[in-house]
Amino acid sequence: MPSLDDLKKRITSVKSTQKITKAMKMVATAKLRKAQENAEKGRPYSERMNNIILNLSGGVSDKENSSKLLVGTGKDDTHLCVVLTADRGLCGGFNTNIIKKAKSHFEDLKKKGKNLKIITVGMKGYDQLKRNYSNLIIEKITFKESKNINYFDADKVGKIVLEKFEKEEFDVCHIFYNQFKNVMTQIPQKQQIIPLQKEENADTQEKDNLNYEFEPDEDEILNNLLPKNISTQIFKAMLENSASEQGSRMTAMDNATRNAGELVDKLSIEYNRSRQAAITKELIEIISGAESL
Amino acid sequence: MSEEFKVEIVNPEKSFFSSENVTEVIVPAFEGEMGILKDHISIISFLKPGIIKIFSKNVEEKFYVDDGIVEFKDNNLSVLTSSIFNLKDFDKSVIDKNLSDAEKSLENPDLDDQKKFLIEQKIESLRSISTS
Repeated sequence: MPSLDDLKKRITSVKSTQKITKAMKMVATAKLRKAQENAEKGRPYSERMNNIILNLSGGVSDKENSSKLLVGTGKDDTHLCVVLTADRGLCGGFNTNIIKKAKSHFEDLKKKGKNLKIITVGMKGYDQLKRNYSNLIIEKITFKESKNINYFDADKVGKIVLEKFEKEEFDVCHIFYNQFKNVMTQIPQKQQIIPLQKEENADTQEKDNLNYEFEPDEDEILNNLLPKNISTQIFKAMLENSASEQGSRMTAMDNATRNAGELVDKLSIEYNRSRQAAITKELIEIISGAESL
Repeated sequence: MSEEFKVEIVNPEKSFFSSENVTEVIVPAFEGEMGILKDHISIISFLKPGIIKIFSKNVEEKFYVDDGIVEFKDNNLSVLTSSIFNLKDFDKSVIDKNLSDAEKSLENPDLDDQKKFLIEQKIESLRSISTS
């Protein structure tokens, strides 16, 4: 049975933890709103970019000579995986979910006998992956210094990926990130960016294509556009990720605050009981002492 | 019939500019400046560094872009660009910095012709802005 003092200390310590988690929740809520706004503002760009590329790629006449970014290198041997995670912890299952998704993909590739290369973006992803895959991580990038997600950072990652692609260091590239659905749910995503995957509704797009005029021609526009699309997709993933991170942290901290509250309640009851027990004991001692006189 | 159409300029971070009633837009397309009026044929093209001019009834807006793609369809003009500045708040020091950066990158010997052309275009249009 812990003494009264011990209980008191525990209660204070849980209370101060609760204060911290509460503050973190508030901060996450404020940041979430901003991140969500940013993610929504960023959507039109990537959607339009996608649309244009779909329109264009439907109309490419010469499949063999078109950009490798679109059709692939023709091989499927070396896979590059870009794992986007947060730089900070304490955000519930956010990082773990991405890592889990990525790891299952890694194992899949291993079974199929493919080569694997990993780029991690964000500290936490690197921390979790270096244990098992440290020899496969070819690059780790973090944007801890930059406060807001900006396109410049995404472009840096995109350029690294492109550079490696041009040197033929890999054939297929996937990115892993969390898609923001709502505050409670974030869905870990695997998206193939090289070669570009066409979506199912390509049929309807191709019809539109007939009405377009291109200047210069399709192939040239496409070659100019595809490298940009890589950065755009990564940027989109980063935006979704940051909204997800804040959402996830908010829920996690909300839970933590509630749990701390419950713990405080339980501990206070225990504290009061033992205080009352001590008083009763003292009373009994006094009374029995008086009786014996 | 009105002669107005919609234009939207989007950069990766947000929708930068949008207007419902513009009468003419001039964009620095890769193969030369291109003016777009209402009911232009659907077109996709990409941009070289230069100035986008947007005319509506009373106002005229000017933007500097580094690169981008234009798409015109059903009287909707969308411009996707990663670097855009409104000329009104384009600071002299920013221009000079961009200019010197561009001049420096021109010295790089392994540039291919297209990149060189683009950088030269950039320098030219930046110069014209800073002198005007």
